[in-house]
Amino acid sequence: MAGHDHDHDHHHDHDHDHGSELSETQLRVRALETVLTEKGYIDPTAIDAIIEAYETKIGPRNGAVVVAKAWTDPAFKKALLEDATKAVASMGHMSRVGDHLVAVENTPQRHNMIVCTLCSCYPWEVLGLPPVWYKSAPYRSRAVKDPRGVLADFGISMPKDTEVRVWDSTAETRFIVLPMRPAGTEGWSEDKLADLVTRDSMIGTGLPLKPSETK
Amino acid sequence: MDGVHDMGGMDGFGKVEPEKDEPVFHAPWEGRVLGMQRAMGYAGAWHIDHSRFAQEKLPPTTYLGVSYYQRWALAMESNVTERGYATPEELKAGHALTPGKTLRRKLTPDVVQASLTRNSFYRQQQGPQRFKPGDRVRTKNIHPATHTRLPRYARGKLGVVELCHGCHMYPDSVATDRGDNPQWLYTVVFSSEELWGPDADPTIKISIDAFEPYLDPA
Repeated sequence: MAGHDHDHDHHHDHDHDHGSELSETQLRVRALETVLTEKGYIDPTAIDAIIEAYETKIGPRNGAVVVAKAWTDPAFKKALLEDATKAVASMGHMSRVGDHLVAVENTPQRHNMIVCTLCSCYPWEVLGLPPVWYKSAPYRSRAVKDPRGVLADFGISMPKDTEVRVWDSTAETRFIVLPMRPAGTEGWSEDKLADLVTRDSMIGTGLPLKPSETK
Repeated sequence: MDGVHDMGGMDGFGKVEPEKDEPVFHAPWEGRVLGMQRAMGYAGAWHIDHSRFAQEKLPPTTYLGVSYYQRWALAMESNVTERGYATPEELKAGHALTPGKTLRRKLTPDVVQASLTRNSFYRQQQGPQRFKPGDRVRTKNIHPATHTRLPRYARGKLGVVELCHGCHMYPDSVATDRGDNPQWLYTVVFSSEELWGPDADPTIKISIDAFEPYLDPA
């Protein structure tokens, strides 16, 4: 499946390519953009700006900062678990987060995992755009039936007595996992802690880095 | 609809294969597709559930055979033509042949930053909240031919309401142009045995977010 779940298109030359090298998909997408632009519906420079935002500004560092703050500030953690939209907005470090963000906490008793079996719902504002595997058939099909097997694909083995809770994002609620703070990080700054928070640890398919795993 | 997009619990798709140092986009056209989708949504041309429904209506072999952003592009072409924003002839020609329709607004670079914040899906409640956390519910065994957000694997199953998220616009209604039709939204949690039978791992719990019309008291 992975072989054709994304298109390894090597024509990375959208703006100055040669006609003969354009794939059918590129041609269709270009035709669509031209028509929508000529019809007056879209402004291509706004599309440039959207792409730039997702390539440079909106990524998992946003979520990592939130997690690190929750690890160091008990009042913030409480607020985050009560209403993540409101708590994240109160930080003011990023553009306002839209409605319906829900933070779910990992504990020694429970490990949380996020999936969208029906499409690709994902908390863009705090994690950026989802990776290909998150949107792929293997993940979407197995996460709700065999989450321990999926975790094994990521090299993670959960203790047998830990509950694994899978959250299927079937509505406009968006979930982010609050992973457990790694041992040996007492007294660390939020900034340093945020370096331990991986994207996958906030989806629930990974764990935060240990202090020994950082540079 | 009972489409191939409703993948929860299907077997045979193989291992999950994370890609190391994955780029945000694998080709520039992917970014154009995402950007166009956002711009048309901002303009009010269609709703996110129209996009989902258009993808669900792709033939199963197409849905599985193309890449993620190719699917988006195909769905966008459907919404553009079926909702009258352009004709198939124009898409084929790669140029507008007639002037466009009037849309609510246009996404310009100065408002891109603000547009990246998610819209609220909360809507004014139309009736009392029927369930509360702790209530036992059974999901309905329904098979609408149109868009729904109740996955097949969780139909006709016994669960417990865990959270109430307020009243939200109802995708089943929005996707078929029947208005927001706001409904209460709940997180409903199921045991793995309830969903997958007596041999399932009892340490696994699965939840969906279910709109009130999907639920009966149990």
